[in-house]
Amino acid sequence: MADHLSPSLLRAIFAIVWKDLRAEFRSFELVSAMLVFSLLVILIFNFALELDIKTRQSVTAGVLWSTFAFAGTLGLNRSMAIEKDRGSLDGLLLAPVDRSAIYFGKFISNLTFMTLVEIIVLPIYSILYNTNLFQPGLLMVILLGSIGYTAVGTLLAAMSVQTRTRDVLLPILLFPVAFSVLLAAVKASGGFLNNSELTDILLPINLLIAYDIIFIAVSFMVFDTVVEE
Amino acid sequence: MIIVKKLVKRFGLKTVLRGIDFQVQPGEFVALLGPNGAGKTTFLRILASLSRPSLGEVNIAGYKLPQQARHVRASIGVVTHLPLLYGDLSAEENLRFYARLYGFTDYNSRITEILEMVGLETRRRDLVRTFSRGMQQRLAIGRAMLHDPDVMLFDEPYTGLDQDASSMLDVVLKTVAKQGRTVVMTSHDLSHAEELATRFDILSRGVIAASATQRQLKKTNLLTFYKQALLS
Amino acid sequence: MKSKPTTLKILDVFSILVLGTAAYLALVVAPTERVMGNVQRVFYFHVGTAWTALLGFIFAAVLSVIYLVTKDRKWDRIQVAAIEVSLVFFFITIVLGSIWARPVWNTWWTWDPRLTTATITELIYIAYFMLRQGIDDPDRRARFGAVYALLGGLSAPITFFAIRLFRTIHPVVIAGSNPEADGSFSMTGDMLSVFFFALFTFTVIFIDLFWNRIRLGDLQEKVEQLKLKVTM
Repeated sequence: MADHLSPSLLRAIFAIVWKDLRAEFRSFELVSAMLVFSLLVILIFNFALELDIKTRQSVTAGVLWSTFAFAGTLGLNRSMAIEKDRGSLDGLLLAPVDRSAIYFGKFISNLTFMTLVEIIVLPIYSILYNTNLFQPGLLMVILLGSIGYTAVGTLLAAMSVQTRTRDVLLPILLFPVAFSVLLAAVKASGGFLNNSELTDILLPINLLIAYDIIFIAVSFMVFDTVVEE
Repeated sequence: MIIVKKLVKRFGLKTVLRGIDFQVQPGEFVALLGPNGAGKTTFLRILASLSRPSLGEVNIAGYKLPQQARHVRASIGVVTHLPLLYGDLSAEENLRFYARLYGFTDYNSRITEILEMVGLETRRRDLVRTFSRGMQQRLAIGRAMLHDPDVMLFDEPYTGLDQDASSMLDVVLKTVAKQGRTVVMTSHDLSHAEELATRFDILSRGVIAASATQRQLKKTNLLTFYKQALLS
Repeated sequence: MKSKPTTLKILDVFSILVLGTAAYLALVVAPTERVMGNVQRVFYFHVGTAWTALLGFIFAAVLSVIYLVTKDRKWDRIQVAAIEVSLVFFFITIVLGSIWARPVWNTWWTWDPRLTTATITELIYIAYFMLRQGIDDPDRRARFGAVYALLGGLSAPITFFAIRLFRTIHPVVIAGSNPEADGSFSMTGDMLSVFFFALFTFTVIFIDLFWNRIRLGDLQEKVEQLKLKVTM
């Protein structure tokens, strides 16, 4: 009866991604929270930093990435908490498919939500501060940075959701480890925004790519041990 | 169908299961009873491949745990007291998700079949968060049966159900039993188990303290048997 | 539990002796640096603790892999000891660095890349202990700790490489290629000897503290075991 089942990894991954997207587009729980939070953070930075036009230019990259980092943890936390609270993590673990399907499925969903929020924040920031943020170089950096951040974040969220301290723990775990992603992303973003020499920008971009590859690989390899008992 | 030999489970230094020997023949319906904290849920989670044994052998449908866990998972359906369903998806979408996850490509007729079996066909497009606890539990059972497993594991399925919902669950469980599946159901409540099960095992303080079939119990009744087992 | 092995007792005494000797060498015997004066002496201890701490963190990452493969919690206890001692040593590094910075760069702290990444690294291992604190099950605690120490151990060198992206005012003693590094100097023969002796000293002290800490962890484990026996 059950012998014909051979769920391919890809099919399982896409099932999980589809499920997350479908559920999110019914409630908009995650994306709306991340979006509102992002705007509030930008607002706070506005008051905290007294952004006149000159300072703003040097600071935009930093403000953007701080916003993305904070909003990102929100999304990562909620995404995992949903699974844990309903026990549906068990439902995923019961499927006769490799555990990495769960990792990649959640990773892609989390990445999708994060980039969705970023794409909405960019034009808003552009309008509020009269700068054009829609440069292809910048968009690529945002994608690369988000990939690295979400790759580690998904794994760490899976851990933190199983501890007593839960939500509070994720940023504490994530920020030190993801620091080099954020640093490189800020450098590269700043480079594109200030029209720096391409040779200068290439170095942080290479770092981003290297980080992405290393941490996607490590995360999916250890994911098993984190979700199993 | 299920063969467990000298199963030990430790959490750090605490031993929860102390050498369990347990066997279930195909088609049997075993009620695993015992007080809270006896280790019933831990035991069931190990059978469900959600937890690893510290020592001992576990064999389900001919496959060893934990080495052949994936094969085991294809042969078991698990219902816990949490529904394992997504509130923002409809009943149909939930089943569709699990069907895909389990590798089905042509699942629509099977989904309809399941929905009819658990009496939720009319609510198939409704979001699960609008369902009562009883309805969610029935859908959860449907989800567990999607891939037609040989073995069904139920962990305290009656938790939180009112009288009506319990009766409906009785009907579903009787159907499951009649289909010839092997069932292990844990419960700390004796009344439901009495009617459905063919065999009763009592888990107490980490070991199987006693075991009796439906026929053997005709001499005493279940409650007396249970109390005696706990005293030993 | 065996009483403290003689080797360890000897090591304890030896550690104190070399520490005293190193202090004397660094503070009295080593020649005074031309430009910075006496504050440069801090350098001997600063680099000594830095190197051992960083090696300790890398060692901890290796221990992670060993634990994840063997699932023997003795490796977890060793890892906790390594990270704890490294954490303290690295903190000393940062503080000594700050003391050096005050007269030389005219500031207690600067957010230059190397200092920032040092802080980040320290925070990773503080986070390690916060993670462990939030978990009750010893096996899960060990597993999660191992995963995080591995991630930390991988990200720390990457963070250090990230400093190559930016100019730094941190003295580059070995490479000496950055003309803008304020406060760089090259070492004479005498200074080199003291430097290497200091490195040796801190390695000895690290091993001594590390070994003692492992024993402490083993003792704690033993206490837990005995507690369980008593409550049964």
